[in-house]
Amino acid sequence: MKFGIVVFPGTNCERDTAAAVEIAGGQAELVWHADDSPLQRFDGLILPGGFAHGDALRAGAIARFSAVMPRVMELAQTGRPVVGICNGFQVLVECGLLPGALLRNDSLQFRAEWVHCRVEVSAPPLTEGIPVGTLLYMPVAHGMGNYCEDERSPLGGETLVALRYCDANGDAAAAANPNGSAGNIAGIVRGNVFGLMPHPERAVSPLLGSVDGLALFKSLTRSLVAA
Amino acid sequence: MIAEPPRDLIGQYGITLAEFDRILSLLRREPNELELALFGAMWSEHCCYKSSRRLLGALPKEAPQVLVRAGEENAGVVDVGEGWAIAMKIESHNHPSAVEPYQGAATGVGGIVRDVFTMGARPIALLNSLRFGFPDEPRSRYLLARVVAGIGDYGNCLGIPTVGGEVFFHDSYSGNPLVNAMCVGLLRHEDLVRSAASGEGNVLLLLGNATGRDGIHGATFASANLDGDGLDRRPNVQVGSPFLEKLLIEACLELLEKDLLVGLQDLGAAGLTSSSVEAASRAGSGVELEVTAVSRSETHMTPLEIMLSESQERMLAVVEPDRVPEVRAVLERWGLRSDAIGRVIAEPLVRVCEEGQVRAEVPVAALTDGAPAYDWPAMPGPLAGPASLPTDPLELLAHPNICSKRWVYRQYDQTVQASTVATADADAALVLLPGGRRAIALCTDGNARGDDPYLAGALAVCEAARNVSCTGARPWALTNCLNFGSPERPQGSWELRRAIHGLAAAAQALDIPVISGNVSLYNEASEGGARGAAAVAVTAVLPTPVVGMLGLLDDVERRGSIAFKAAADLVVLLGPATGPLDLGLEARVQKACRDAIGRGLLNSAHDCSDGGLLVTLAESCILGSVGATLEPELDYLDESPSRIVVSLSPERLPELRAMATGLPLTILGRVGGDRLRIPRVCDLSVEEMRDAWQHGLERFL
Amino acid sequence: MSDFMARVYVTPRPSVRDPEGSTIMEGLHQLGFSGVQMVRAGRYFEIMLQAGDSHQAEQTVDLMCRKLLANPVVEQYRFDLQLEATSE
Repeated sequence: MKFGIVVFPGTNCERDTAAAVEIAGGQAELVWHADDSPLQRFDGLILPGGFAHGDALRAGAIARFSAVMPRVMELAQTGRPVVGICNGFQVLVECGLLPGALLRNDSLQFRAEWVHCRVEVSAPPLTEGIPVGTLLYMPVAHGMGNYCEDERSPLGGETLVALRYCDANGDAAAAANPNGSAGNIAGIVRGNVFGLMPHPERAVSPLLGSVDGLALFKSLTRSLVAA
Repeated sequence: MIAEPPRDLIGQYGITLAEFDRILSLLRREPNELELALFGAMWSEHCCYKSSRRLLGALPKEAPQVLVRAGEENAGVVDVGEGWAIAMKIESHNHPSAVEPYQGAATGVGGIVRDVFTMGARPIALLNSLRFGFPDEPRSRYLLARVVAGIGDYGNCLGIPTVGGEVFFHDSYSGNPLVNAMCVGLLRHEDLVRSAASGEGNVLLLLGNATGRDGIHGATFASANLDGDGLDRRPNVQVGSPFLEKLLIEACLELLEKDLLVGLQDLGAAGLTSSSVEAASRAGSGVELEVTAVSRSETHMTPLEIMLSESQERMLAVVEPDRVPEVRAVLERWGLRSDAIGRVIAEPLVRVCEEGQVRAEVPVAALTDGAPAYDWPAMPGPLAGPASLPTDPLELLAHPNICSKRWVYRQYDQTVQASTVATADADAALVLLPGGRRAIALCTDGNARGDDPYLAGALAVCEAARNVSCTGARPWALTNCLNFGSPERPQGSWELRRAIHGLAAAAQALDIPVISGNVSLYNEASEGGARGAAAVAVTAVLPTPVVGMLGLLDDVERRGSIAFKAAADLVVLLGPATGPLDLGLEARVQKACRDAIGRGLLNSAHDCSDGGLLVTLAESCILGSVGATLEPELDYLDESPSRIVVSLSPERLPELRAMATGLPLTILGRVGGDRLRIPRVCDLSVEEMRDAWQHGLERFL
Repeated sequence: MSDFMARVYVTPRPSVRDPEGSTIMEGLHQLGFSGVQMVRAGRYFEIMLQAGDSHQAEQTVDLMCRKLLANPVVEQYRFDLQLEATSE
């Protein structure tokens, strides 16, 4: 199964993400933002982390108007997985594939640290086979990860909280929240579209500090085999 | 040509009367203003090291692993095996950061990154070394916060992990913060690029940012004292765009991969002037530039302003004429501008034209080899005493120079590129090499001290090498940044001279080549009075030689770490309980530590430096979340060099003893419990130590 | 065609928390501006544009705000227009 990794000018996690897909048994191919050809050859898409267009205006605000984006929306409509990691998550909320907004961290500082996240939903595309309540240990690295709910499209309907920041005991405490996001939200899912702030592609080997991110990539490739 | 001799302008371009006479004899005529400005820029300390060049000859630069020697190119390069090489360099951006800390620090990172990818290397790690006045002063806190934000925002956006660094506070830095940034790049041997402008008729392409008035006179500014009016120089400071730099990195690496370039050179201090002169000098050729071909971001710029502009994120590429369309196609894909601004010529001249009219014409050698070199009179002055630290253990752990710098480093992305081995608060960072079995170890270390500049130089090398050795890695090459006051004061000159001698002696003794470096002088502020008025007092920074160390680790599974691991492990001091620096002993202690880690004997290894054994032991406890009980009555605050605290299973002790034959080795006690107990010194829970150590800096901020 | 200068102000919607505004307010309090009751931090844009008349300019700027300059999930906007020059 083959994933397209969408690269905008300023994206900087595309290689790490492609490597993680490969470790999980998938194939990865980079897709350039200016390419407006159909993406049907892919079984799924990942929008990786970075600073698309230097985060000008708002993270993801310019990237959402890239030539590739209508094709991303098109593929999302086919039900195939579309995953946004960090800056990719920001692009997904800007373009409306996911509801809400990602604001500046409440500390007003960039935050780079290892966090625990509690799995809230055990379902495709990213957490299938990972029981609810499982703690995942992964790094975050962002300046705008403060999730804010859209009052007009509240969570709980078709969009679910998928991951919450928590402490090592699984408690979604305020002290465990790196950015002030509502309800300690670290990731959300709407059907086949998943967005998360932590970087699973940086938690794929014991040397890097954790293999929990690999579990998410394995779930992703597994969900495709099943489909 | 401008007819009027600009004698009244020489001071404005940082040229002395004696230097002006030197220019007259080199040119055998009067220079015009533009030519004078070219000399001023190229003959600044920043570009030609006129006050340090002769002294730097003492540093050991040769070793079998060295591929590009110090001074040859924009960064030094060493072989790291399996066809891979590492390019690295550290550089200061002290003066710009004093005036505008956010942009000064950010563009410091931008500049050092360009120095590294210019070599054909992909940047894989950033480090830094920062010094500020004590954080009880509001301005020092402001500078710290803005410098850290500037470094973080720039490096984070580039997707290069900031894996290490140091922050140190001392009143001597209040008016002169030090911001040293280091970049490390990875490349295949065959991808090494030179910056020479060779091949007559080849085109000079200026890539990236448009040219504006930012940073004009930056090279001379960097070499001048910060006077009372330093705050009014804000327009001089360059503004950085990490997004543009990211595009430049990717585009240039793609151009190099496709073999489309003859040479590549970044634009740093003195902008187009120094980059074109250096590129020509390296090739033994000349360059002809047409300033009106340069895209400008401001109107009515003069040739002089275009030649001296320090607008950021620009590169100069040397391209064969028939490859220009291919090069432009790559650049357009990345949305980057390129201007054909000149060509390589056979005569070894820099010729600057404006609409075809020659405005300046100077022999390249006059600007480079012709630069003066000074031996300033040196004399020791009143020495500062060694810095004092609190003796109360919890106060010591919470002291800003001892405590965890988490407040700083959690603003830096450390994990992007997915190659940083997880070791928070390690003595040195480990970054995986391709293949994932081998790693490089990286750290920066400075040991500023006013009581003995020789020791400052020697200890910077020893401590950096010891830090790397504590991970099990062999010290492999170093880069250095020398931050000093004015060499024109005899004491300043003496401090610089002594520190370089110390650095050279230690690098020699530990067998580590110096592959790149930077000198930052005139780090002093005169208090009171506007420029020109008599200064009340001159405050120079402590002599601050900083070393960036590269180590090589063959098997990352066999690596050392700070944290105590297992209860009942023995705690052992490798090295003397006290004593002066003995470089031979230092080398043997470090080797014993590396060998023991390589054999899998040790469960932890941690270098002993500021705050003595007490701090070393406390940190091993805090990071291991376990206590320890110590026995011997020693001076636990003694900061003698050449010491490493290790822990190991008791049955491995005979092997360690065999390995450390002839070295002092003291059994200090055992790991276990949840308290650090040292007779007559402390009996503290790990949690109260952690609380003091982890929040020490935050209490000020 | 005429040249217009649009001054666009984008601010957080009243229901959205604004940590930057709160931090600035604390800073002002520390400096002794104790009368400060509220600070909301936003963004300000100056946009020069050409349009047939002020009505068309207004519609264009409004569209810019909705499509790009403001994120309607968390931000509100307002702008004013000024006629700079009229050409043939």
